[in-house]
Amino acid sequence: MMMRGLWKLTWIEIKVFLREPMGAFGTIVFPVIIFLVIGRVVGRRMAPAALAASGFIHVGLPVIVSLLIAVSAVLSLVTIISIYREGGILKRLRATPLRPETILTAHVIVKLALTAATLALMVLAGKRYYPAGLQVPLFSFTMALLIGTLSILSIGFLIASIVPTARFAQPIGAAIFYPMLGISGLFFPLAAMPPVVRGVARVLPTTYAVSLIEGIWRGEAWTAHLGDVAALAVGFLVCTAVSSKVFRWE
Amino acid sequence: MRTVIQVTGVRKTYGATVAVDEVSFEVHEGEIFGLIGPNGAGKTTTMECIEGLRTPERGTIAVLGLDPFRDVYKLQERIGVQLQQAQLQKRIKVWEAVNLWASLYRKKAIEGERLLELLGLTEKRDSWFMNLSGGQKQRLFIALALINDPEVVFLDELTTGLDPQSRRAIWDLVRGIRERGKTVFLTTHLMEEAERLCDRVAIIERGRIIDMDTPERLVARHCPERTVILATEDPAAEERLRAIARVESVSCTERRFTIRGRGDDLVTEVIECLSENRIRVTDFRTILPNLEDVFLKITGHSIRD
Repeated sequence: MMMRGLWKLTWIEIKVFLREPMGAFGTIVFPVIIFLVIGRVVGRRMAPAALAASGFIHVGLPVIVSLLIAVSAVLSLVTIISIYREGGILKRLRATPLRPETILTAHVIVKLALTAATLALMVLAGKRYYPAGLQVPLFSFTMALLIGTLSILSIGFLIASIVPTARFAQPIGAAIFYPMLGISGLFFPLAAMPPVVRGVARVLPTTYAVSLIEGIWRGEAWTAHLGDVAALAVGFLVCTAVSSKVFRWE
Repeated sequence: MRTVIQVTGVRKTYGATVAVDEVSFEVHEGEIFGLIGPNGAGKTTTMECIEGLRTPERGTIAVLGLDPFRDVYKLQERIGVQLQQAQLQKRIKVWEAVNLWASLYRKKAIEGERLLELLGLTEKRDSWFMNLSGGQKQRLFIALALINDPEVVFLDELTTGLDPQSRRAIWDLVRGIRERGKTVFLTTHLMEEAERLCDRVAIIERGRIIDMDTPERLVARHCPERTVILATEDPAAEERLRAIARVESVSCTERRFTIRGRGDDLVTEVIECLSENRIRVTDFRTILPNLEDVFLKITGHSIRD
């Protein structure tokens, strides 16, 4: 009963999003093309054996790309929420029997679905650049990515709750997320960073998301990453609780 | 006459600004009730408190016997709302919006396609929201407000920014809503709109209601002045017109007389005087005060200021 209208709203939001000039291309096709181009360039320079041995291409790149896609999906969520608020769309939807949480859940589902579609395409397209026999626990990886994305989404909602206008949503979101990713251990090992930066990284959910996703990609067991999952769950709960208090509908 | 909306002593502030204060009124079943006043007077705030979108600090509100704050979801099932300056998703199609809205309510009463036809939107059913004209957008919002066959319809500044032709078309639609037995609560800063549509109006200014009645009675109470303008070549006309008891002043420029007096009978008396004295006129017009004049009279300033 609470979720009345959820699927219809979700479906319409997906359609509306795909109708945007850059919608389907920008979020789904474009990242896949970039990925393929990079794969080709790097793939040509290395023999398959060297490729398998290089940590960068088979551990680094897919994880980096997945996280970047997740973050860009969250940034687009932040922007859409603030555009909807500014245009009075959120308010109009609220003046119906729709529950506020249904409206927001629909947007989260849209972003998760689009992220999943992009990643699935990438997996299909990327197959030829990866040495056969490389065992990736696809289901576990998807779960890890989902957990990581949800925690990033909850930060996104917090940002969406407080950005003053739609114009600032994207830049503010980017200015928060990209540095967070920068010191998360995704590009450089945490150990190589100055102690202060490491201290900051330790309280950011992105750090735990990267650790979890990378670990699972490498084939490590979930039991080795329970701490990461717990940290992400706490982050998710805190961000959701705070944004439910400070969220502005208009 | 059943009371549909009961508002008692409502106060709402935003920070240090008092938006509405001590606002009380009732809306009866089957009437079109208008809250009228200049921009920033507190019309939208009052309406949104009644719709359950805002919570007043003080006072009580009952809509169809429900508390808009506590029973907000029950209430939303039974009312229809059009918000001032609302938008929809830019690229949502007209039929998708109607279809989505229809799915949000428990009861199925009005068929979307019929509603689109009624509002003249059938041709536009596949258009994106962003490509609709202002009048078409407003008609779509009316469709969304009516989709659940509501008992009370709220319309906030319905025709602001529309051209006169669309405005008239929308007035007809609103009268149609009343004819189907619904109660309509609307706000407007257009006095002509209030006069043509509303059975009763409340005048609100700086967050307070300063008077409330039918438009005719408000005019009769605050602006009893009547003016007749006529043109005649008859040299005896001025003297005869001045002799009418109700007439307070007669002025004349180039055989065109302006006759001022009080009360509805003034016009009849002028006509009788013309007829008894066989005065031939080449022009005859009356100027009646309207809500605009009422507003000016009781607030001391024009509603457009």
